[in-house]
Amino acid sequence: MQRIGVFVCHCGSNIAATVDVKKVVEIVRNEPGVVHAEDYQYMCSEAGQALIAKAIAEKNLSGIVVCSCSPRMHEATFRKAAERAGLNPYMVEIANIREHCSWIHKNVEEATEKAVILARAAIAKVNLNAPLKAGESRVTKRALVIGGGIAGIQTALDIADAGYEVDIVEKTPSIGGRMSQLDKTFPTLDCSACILTPKMVEAAAHEKITIYTYSEVEKVSGFVGDFTVDIRKKARSVDMDKCTGCGVCQEKCPSKKTPSEFNRGLGNRSAIYTPFAQAIPNVPVIDRDACIKFKTGKCGICSKVCQAGAIDYEQKDEIVTEKYGAIVVATGFDTIKLDKYDEYAYNQSKDVITSLELERVMNAAGPTKGHLERLSDGKHPKNIVFIQCVGSRCSDDRGKPYCSKICCMYTAKHAMLIRDKYPDVNVTVFYIDVRTPGKNFDEFYRRAVEDYGVNYIKGQVGKVAPQPDGSLLVQGVDLLDNKQILMEADMVVLATVIEPDPSVRKIATMLTASIDTNNFLTESHAKLRPVESPTAGVFLSGVCQGPKDIPETVAQAGAAAVKAIGLLAKDKLLTNPCTAKPDELLCNGCSACANVCPYGAITYETKLINDHGIREERRVAQVNNALCQGCGACTVTCPSGAMDLQGFSNRQIIAEVDAICR
Amino acid sequence: MQELINRAKELLADGTVARVLGWREGDMSYNPEVAYFNSAEELDKFVYNGFCAANLSKYMIEASKLEGKTLVFLKPCDTYSFNQLLKEHRVDREKAYIIGVGCCGKLNVEAIKAMGIKGIQSIEIDDACETLTVKTIYGDKTVAYKDAMLERCHVCKGKEHMVYDELMGESRDTVDAERFAEVEKIEAMSPAEKFAFFQAELSKCIRCNACRNVCPACSCRKCVFDSNKFDSAQKANVDSFEEKMFHIIRAFHVAGRCTDCGECSRVCPQGIPLHLFNRKFIKDINKFYGEFKAGEDAETKGPLTNFTFDDVEPCDAVERG
Repeated sequence: MQRIGVFVCHCGSNIAATVDVKKVVEIVRNEPGVVHAEDYQYMCSEAGQALIAKAIAEKNLSGIVVCSCSPRMHEATFRKAAERAGLNPYMVEIANIREHCSWIHKNVEEATEKAVILARAAIAKVNLNAPLKAGESRVTKRALVIGGGIAGIQTALDIADAGYEVDIVEKTPSIGGRMSQLDKTFPTLDCSACILTPKMVEAAAHEKITIYTYSEVEKVSGFVGDFTVDIRKKARSVDMDKCTGCGVCQEKCPSKKTPSEFNRGLGNRSAIYTPFAQAIPNVPVIDRDACIKFKTGKCGICSKVCQAGAIDYEQKDEIVTEKYGAIVVATGFDTIKLDKYDEYAYNQSKDVITSLELERVMNAAGPTKGHLERLSDGKHPKNIVFIQCVGSRCSDDRGKPYCSKICCMYTAKHAMLIRDKYPDVNVTVFYIDVRTPGKNFDEFYRRAVEDYGVNYIKGQVGKVAPQPDGSLLVQGVDLLDNKQILMEADMVVLATVIEPDPSVRKIATMLTASIDTNNFLTESHAKLRPVESPTAGVFLSGVCQGPKDIPETVAQAGAAAVKAIGLLAKDKLLTNPCTAKPDELLCNGCSACANVCPYGAITYETKLINDHGIREERRVAQVNNALCQGCGACTVTCPSGAMDLQGFSNRQIIAEVDAICR
Repeated sequence: MQELINRAKELLADGTVARVLGWREGDMSYNPEVAYFNSAEELDKFVYNGFCAANLSKYMIEASKLEGKTLVFLKPCDTYSFNQLLKEHRVDREKAYIIGVGCCGKLNVEAIKAMGIKGIQSIEIDDACETLTVKTIYGDKTVAYKDAMLERCHVCKGKEHMVYDELMGESRDTVDAERFAEVEKIEAMSPAEKFAFFQAELSKCIRCNACRNVCPACSCRKCVFDSNKFDSAQKANVDSFEEKMFHIIRAFHVAGRCTDCGECSRVCPQGIPLHLFNRKFIKDINKFYGEFKAGEDAETKGPLTNFTFDDVEPCDAVERG
């Protein structure tokens, strides 16, 4: 029989205001196994921990239950306290009477009853706990960064500067990401390429960084400190080592009708292409779906004109398998498709464009060579209307519920740049609110209004109607004047909501990293662990975690790098001793557990089993404790109940349920 | 039947197999029993007719531990069970010599009794499997073969054997019902009606464990209901919760592995339509993961013990019911 001590925390008034802690102490005192119960103001404080240590020593406790906050907060604290007092740390159970109880209830009587029930469940579990000992696992001193945009580049540079090897996997033919598509950046209006390109070059030249472009993560196994990742290097059809990047192949390529991804489909590219002039690596890829040689077997012009003999039509996808200690996700964003927003006539008129498309239009290397012109007829526009929050802060399923955070600022930037370069153009911005929290952000926006005469109208646009003469009739509302507005425009720019890059779902699944309903990766703690995924060893950088501008992205990229470095600096990690354990006598040898194990921790062995006198060769499951992460998938899959999780055994769970249902 | 006996004798004689697993006459003509035959003489008692419904696959678990090969006769639907057991490493393919036997649907004496025929002494089946002559103490009665078939044969999985060493005999199409019609009927019920339905059916259960013991998917060395390691060990039916618990847990344990062989319902002495539980799971698996037949082969991971990126998200599964 265990000798259990129960410690009930007031958490100031957090718990004590809603739960009668004295009453909880009096009731649980009579639970089976309980030999000691007391309450205290702040159990996690030095004094509180001292109380626990004292009770362990004086009452010779074999297990303790702390009724306090979520185990995510202080389980580690109390385990360490118990360990210092000579108790095995796995003989500690937390009853969460704060998040699960006092914070969500108002009625003291009901909350107290629930607190007692939660305490009983934890006591029932401790009664069946057994001491466990953590093992050790090694740390591979190499990091993987998924995504080669500014977030990924910055994270990789920071990790590499700390002396660790880093691999960047980028799915497009070049690193650079969304930032490389931007023309100018707020709030300082420096040229995006001018500040990004040096970073790209630095990453490419860094001796600790390996860049895999035109590559995708295919498979991830293992766990924190010891991930094994398969990277698919898609066939480029160009030999990276031989290519000199002269660009002749792209000039001579006869297939030039493919919409350029880099220019958001506003211009065309050849079948063999580098996405943009500063691409890194400066080695083109052949788009096999567009290439005449691949489609018809005839052509081969690029191969003929290539002095370096770098074209290789036979090249195949290659799988690179590498081990990593830490993985940083930096998969970035895209704008949503506007299919559900017919009222803005995006699909009807070439002169209705998204803000990201406008970036390309404004860019000297873009489809109009940087001249502001209507895409339908190339004419200089006189009136431009910007519409804010297209799909952002949306309560129906057409858009997203969140604020994209960057649109107010880039729209002010666009408006200002246009007014600066073309003072004859009238610029109108329809907005819900203008949100400018950030250093020098509000000043920037006010300059657009006050110095550049941008016409800001608080109100939304209900309809953009293309007219027979090619102009656009914008119907909106001015909420401050409380009147309907009808205005003619030559161009309409939509501040389209951003969403996590669609590839993130697959990556999150491979990493067993959780994502929210909007496909943003979830951080481990919204305030205190913002760059860590709840999955150990997986860190978050950039917009994959939530909308961000460039300064924030770079800051977060650095933070993610620090967390990764902190992990890589360790030689060994303590493993979780709560691993699966098979009962060989019950095992059927059916392989169901091995099939569901996401860590490849289960193998099978045929061995001689003595089952109560019956000696026979049986195929039985074996668990590799170094690989097992204690997820428990095997225990619920095993029909005979042969597989059990140490520290969370079937019996313990049932005992908890029984205690709750009693 | 005689060809089967002759072939079995040949295989015994040339040493290909050490024994034969099949059916022999029971105490009544309509209840042949499963039997091992170790010699040519014993094989004279061998029978194979419309009443030989028993699925012999599960017996191969124990037969796999014996010296030498065992000749086993499997009907098309039985081969699914054998494959599933093979996939779960419960039987040894090397220890089995499988003769896939033809099947023209298997009979259910309960169906005959349900027609009001009493005092049955014996039942004769014509060669074409068209009519049954039921000899009763009140005189002879004639019954159409089809009307006396087991439920599972009305929704037969097909005439093809999924695994075999050789094939003997012809099979015929017996499908004349919609496989999931009964399940759909229950799905359409209100929660209260469902509860009442299962309460009424499952309260008949006497916990004889026949369904579990016959089930090829229920092949655990030690069933959780027999083990003292869990609190689920065999209990008396002291309240109506116990039998529901038993059948629901059993349904979950065989989910994704059940081949819908129908043995559970066939052997239930209380006539509980136990296969409905399993068929509901199969229907849901088909809906959420695409058409899947457990035991179609011995390699494919079942959808419930496999992971693909196309797997349905739990939230979608809830939405789609």
